[in-house]
Amino acid sequence: MAKKLNMRKRYELLTRGLGWEPTYQSKEKVFSNESYEGIKITDWSKWEDPFRLTIDAYWKYQAEKDKKLYAVMDSFAQNNAHLNLADATYVNALKLFIQGVTPLEYQAHRGFARLARQFSGEGAQIACQMQSLDELRHTQTQIHTISHYNKHFNGMHDPFHMHDRVWYLSVPKSYFDDAKSAGPFEFITSVSFAFEYLLTNLLFVPFMSGAAFNGDMATVTFGFSAQSDESRHMTLGLELIKFLLEQHEDNIPIVQGWIDKHFWRAYRVLALVSAMQDYMLPESPMSWKEAWEIYFVENAGALFNDLARYGLRMPKYHEQATAEAEHLSHQVWGTLYNYAHAASMHFWLPDEKKMDWLSEKYPNTFDKYYRPRYEMWAQMAKEGKRFQNGGLPQLCQVCQVPMLFTEVSKDDPMQISYRSSEFNGEKFHTCSDGCKDIFDHEPEKYVHAWLPVHQIFQGNCGGAAIPDILNWYHFKPEDGGDYAGSADETRWKAMHGETTGAASSDTESAEEKAAA
Amino acid sequence: MSDGKVFMIFQDTADARPFIEALTQENPAATIIHQPGMIRFEAMGEIGITRAVVEELAGRDVDLQELHLTLISLSGNIDEDDDYFRITRH
Amino acid sequence: MTVKAIHGEYPVVMMDSVDRFHGNQLVYIGWDYHTSISTANAYPLPPDMPFAALTGAVLPSVLGPHPEFPLIEWDKVEWMLDGKLFHPNMGLSLKDNGIGHKSLIRFRTPGLKGYNNTGN
Ligand SMILES: [Fe+2]
Ligand SMILES: [Fe+2]
Ligand SMILES: [Zn+2]
Repeated sequence: MAKKLNMRKRYELLTRGLGWEPTYQSKEKVFSNESYEGIKITDWSKWEDPFRLTIDAYWKYQAEKDKKLYAVMDSFAQNNAHLNLADATYVNALKLFIQGVTPLEYQAHRGFARLARQFSGEGAQIACQMQSLDELRHTQTQIHTISHYNKHFNGMHDPFHMHDRVWYLSVPKSYFDDAKSAGPFEFITSVSFAFEYLLTNLLFVPFMSGAAFNGDMATVTFGFSAQSDESRHMTLGLELIKFLLEQHEDNIPIVQGWIDKHFWRAYRVLALVSAMQDYMLPESPMSWKEAWEIYFVENAGALFNDLARYGLRMPKYHEQATAEAEHLSHQVWGTLYNYAHAASMHFWLPDEKKMDWLSEKYPNTFDKYYRPRYEMWAQMAKEGKRFQNGGLPQLCQVCQVPMLFTEVSKDDPMQISYRSSEFNGEKFHTCSDGCKDIFDHEPEKYVHAWLPVHQIFQGNCGGAAIPDILNWYHFKPEDGGDYAGSADETRWKAMHGETTGAASSDTESAEEKAAA
Repeated sequence: MSDGKVFMIFQDTADARPFIEALTQENPAATIIHQPGMIRFEAMGEIGITRAVVEELAGRDVDLQELHLTLISLSGNIDEDDDYFRITRH
Repeated sequence: MTVKAIHGEYPVVMMDSVDRFHGNQLVYIGWDYHTSISTANAYPLPPDMPFAALTGAVLPSVLGPHPEFPLIEWDKVEWMLDGKLFHPNMGLSLKDNGIGHKSLIRFRTPGLKGYNNTGN
């Protein structure tokens, strides 16, 4: 009997030699995206596969994962398990997730499909093909899971349309547009390494654990199911970096530049996640700052020690991101509160219990800077003068986040940080040294930014008045504003028999929503 | 090999049990952190499991790639074969 | 450094050039050490508008609800235009005050440092 081959050999036999030398077109034409970024690949056969997962095993395990997930979703729906949530305010995190994250999964699906086509090495083609399928699976499972909540709560009815138009969603969208409109090597450095390896744990691990803590078993299941693919994606990112650095020394400065840029871009996107973590989870097992320490500071520190022998260093401005961890979620939440009337989800002021938790987690900053702000707003609300910003915010030309970040690293944390550049006789404003560097490196690219505030003023967003714009976003009047007094709150109370309102059972309220 | 930190995180479910127990048995120096829905194993330098141990704990034949079903995240360099799965720093 | 492109020159389209704003120009205005307002705001304004209309009408419409806004003594305010100290002439237009498309105006209010002096 023939001896059983070891895993490596088996894997090679199943994944190599699948390509061929083209004869009636040149190789450069067939793989037209492979060289224009300046990356030098001398030998694709040196590609090391991150996980030795063959396509047959891949389908088997993915099918198994989906079966388990759909079983949980089924029983979740059957048992009306949304009634077990710690509080309905939590659902607003899911609204941000379906509007802001799920469309990124779809963008990732498309991006990796392009890579599977454009890389000429078969090992990389297969890894990218699997990841493209994974990302499509993530899109679908997230839509399926959250569709249950869509039956009972507002704001989740048209996430893909919203993603393309809404001011706060241009933050995640523009990050992916930036990566997708770059070459294939920059795209994979951005998404697989800077986003997935360095930062995705911050989105999927503590937040999903928080979902479990707050009684959302459906979300924790899709989250961890997606994250089980993520281990593979992160590893792909790491292997790719090592491969590029080993292929040619000229690749090192290019790759370092991409890591600097995309670390900062992806970190700015996660600003929204910091607010989800600290403010939208009624009970939070871990603060943003704690998660940052574990999943970025420790993890990336160890990783870059490994990579130092290739001549790579930590991403530029990582110290600034770490310093900002004391302020980030509070600043973002405050901005969302300013513009709650223009959102498709609800916001609220933290209650005493939450503020005490925040004081404990943020002893250097919360009581000094942010508690007074909430007290001021609570006072104003009590007097019937709920604070809201009646204008539109200045946006960063690169990350597109409203320019809310402050001079934390200059020890001036209550002063907004302003940076600017000139290009072609016009001024461009950025929120930080990180974003300014990115702009100055490729100004021709960032002048193309579709900045929602400027587009509104140019008259491209359905009208000049806020209701017209919200209508163009496909927001309904009941989707935004404060949680207190919202249709969501009324419905949640009715589900628990707390009011004398029309809806007395959950089924009725779901029907009522469908009819509305 | 350097002594940088590595970690593996598993779902806290029955399917993951043989892997979780094998990690516990085979990596006595690892720190085990329980959080809602998940279990994180941290160690310096290296962490890993062998198939024989997982099979013994599961009471059946196990393909180590089954860990894809319940692994949430990891940090470090992967070294895998039919009979072992390891994460290292180097 | 130019953007690398697969074919030819990378094109440049100025998405926010002044001609796209229907006769207005964009101006950003931020109140230093008042971060409860979150950000500077963006305003499309006629270049011929007198500067006094900023303090008299534009800013009150957005910043008015802030408890310190009614306490501002406008003759004591310190102004900055595009990063430099600036002494606006209230009677002159934005344009004649040197305020261009996408200029950033910052102002500080001596004695008013945000709610309870916390920068809010
Ligand atoms: Fe994904
Ligand atoms: Fe992914
Ligand atoms: Zn920025």
